[in-house]
Amino acid sequence: MVPKITSYTEKVLDHFQNPRNMGQMKNPDIEATVGNPSCGDVLKLSLKLKENPKDKTNPKIEDIKFQTMGCAAAIATSSMTTVLAKGKTIKEAKNITPQEVAKSLGQLPPIKVHCSNLAADALKKAIEDWEKRINKCS
Amino acid sequence: MKQENIYLDSAATTRIDDTVLKRLTKFMKEEFGNPSSQHSLGNSAREEIEKAREEIARYINAEPEEIFFTSGATESNNLAIEGLAINPENSEKKHIITSKIEHPSVLETCKQLEKGGYKIDYISVNEEGIINTRELENKITNNTLVVSIMHANNEIGTIQPIEKIAEICSKKDVYFHTDAVQSFTKLKVDVKKTNIDLLSASGHKINAPKGIGFIYIRKGTRLSPIIHGGSQERRMRSGTENTPGIIAMAEALKINRNQKETERIRDKLIKEILKIPGSRLNGSKKERLSNNINVSLYGIEGESLMLLLDKEGIEVSTGSACSSHKLSESHVLKAINVPEMYINGSLRITLDTIKPLTEKQINFVILKIKEKVKRLNDISPFKLNPLEVKNG
Ligand SMILES: Cc1ncc(COP(=O)(O)O)c(C=O)c1O
Ligand code: FES
Repeated sequence: MVPKITSYTEKVLDHFQNPRNMGQMKNPDIEATVGNPSCGDVLKLSLKLKENPKDKTNPKIEDIKFQTMGCAAAIATSSMTTVLAKGKTIKEAKNITPQEVAKSLGQLPPIKVHCSNLAADALKKAIEDWEKRINKCS
Repeated sequence: MKQENIYLDSAATTRIDDTVLKRLTKFMKEEFGNPSSQHSLGNSAREEIEKAREEIARYINAEPEEIFFTSGATESNNLAIEGLAINPENSEKKHIITSKIEHPSVLETCKQLEKGGYKIDYISVNEEGIINTRELENKITNNTLVVSIMHANNEIGTIQPIEKIAEICSKKDVYFHTDAVQSFTKLKVDVKKTNIDLLSASGHKINAPKGIGFIYIRKGTRLSPIIHGGSQERRMRSGTENTPGIIAMAEALKINRNQKETERIRDKLIKEILKIPGSRLNGSKKERLSNNINVSLYGIEGESLMLLLDKEGIEVSTGSACSSHKLSESHVLKAINVPEMYINGSLRITLDTIKPLTEKQINFVILKIKEKVKRLNDISPFKLNPLEVKNG
């Protein structure tokens, strides 16, 4: 079958229509924005961290919120990424791959692969920025 | 009870009209003869085709011999431009002028010729989408073969000053082709009065079937066929005639079209949508097809909006990069300089001219658009900044 642009799975449509963890956060510990409005997609992630008594360099993601301008795939992958990241330590969360996000959503149309990498990329970028900041301070 | 879908994508294609459908099936099931056959079934198909040709010719004030049936406007546009280019009598003329906002069937044909050594000029348009006729006039040289400018644009509905363009072309003695797909049956054309050499139109935009169209070629135009075979259409377009399609297309010209009511609904929808903060109208306020609405919304993406409306049974279209096969933004919205924060947030509504929306449907559409835009605004990281909105 010739792939259709908007042939989204039920799961993608669910996360698109009922996005989880969507919105703004007051005083986030980390923030990252990726994407470009001229391509149609921009994603902003905000994270709140909680100290991990076992490992100071590896706090837990206590809360995470996203805001996305983009297609259904972009919104659904943003939502799924926050679901996967919430409660994980940042080291675990850093390893969330776009493939894992896509798999959790069933499947994504091939043409949408580029924009659906955005959320996992944003998460990685946010965590790496934080790690750089911490390393500088200590 | 599930309510009926509200189809608002008539620039993409239209629903076939009931009377047209009756004629269509009649010529598929009963009078199905091949017009080239010598028996009476063939003869009656031939007669009906010629009647349809006369009706279409009369509709644009052409002669019946100047109408040729094709598989649709894509073919008509290809034939117009390529047919002129390959005619041996035109071999000296290697320059073509078109605009930045043409349909791909014109632009891609030009690009193909460009590879073969033709020089193509793409005339710019202003923010309303109207071509710069002075630039056009200045670009015409002794080498210019044809000027191809559409009558009305399929995305933003902007109507071009074709009388003025035709005047320039005839003064400079170059061929003028116009893609009239979107304007056909909505705007009156008189090919004699306006001095048009070539005109393309399509059946499925006027409540007739897909896969049928025609091209008007003014007598004496040096044009060669691009499809060869059994010499149908006086050798201009070989291939067994699509009799049912031809007859259906001619029948569609007889439908009563309610332009005034279509315009009223267009204006009401535009007025209501423009009340949404961060909205802008794309295209011209005045020089606009009766059935076209194209707006952009700040900081949201069009495919998402289209999908949310689709879930409510409202079918619209968008020029967003995300919804295109190539993930590139609309060349039309780009040509009219839609600002970055708006270019992927476009929403196109195109109305049917034979079955206007009811007041209840209009209000439902307005309500749902407002609701869905608000929803996507909440999800978007871009919050309205009044200053930015003014610039849009
Ligand atoms: C302006 C314009 N030109 C040409 C075409 C192509 O017509 P068809 O679908 O009959 O090939 C269309 C329709 O998509 C159109 O809107
Ligand atoms: S955001 Fe543009 S294709 Fe997904």
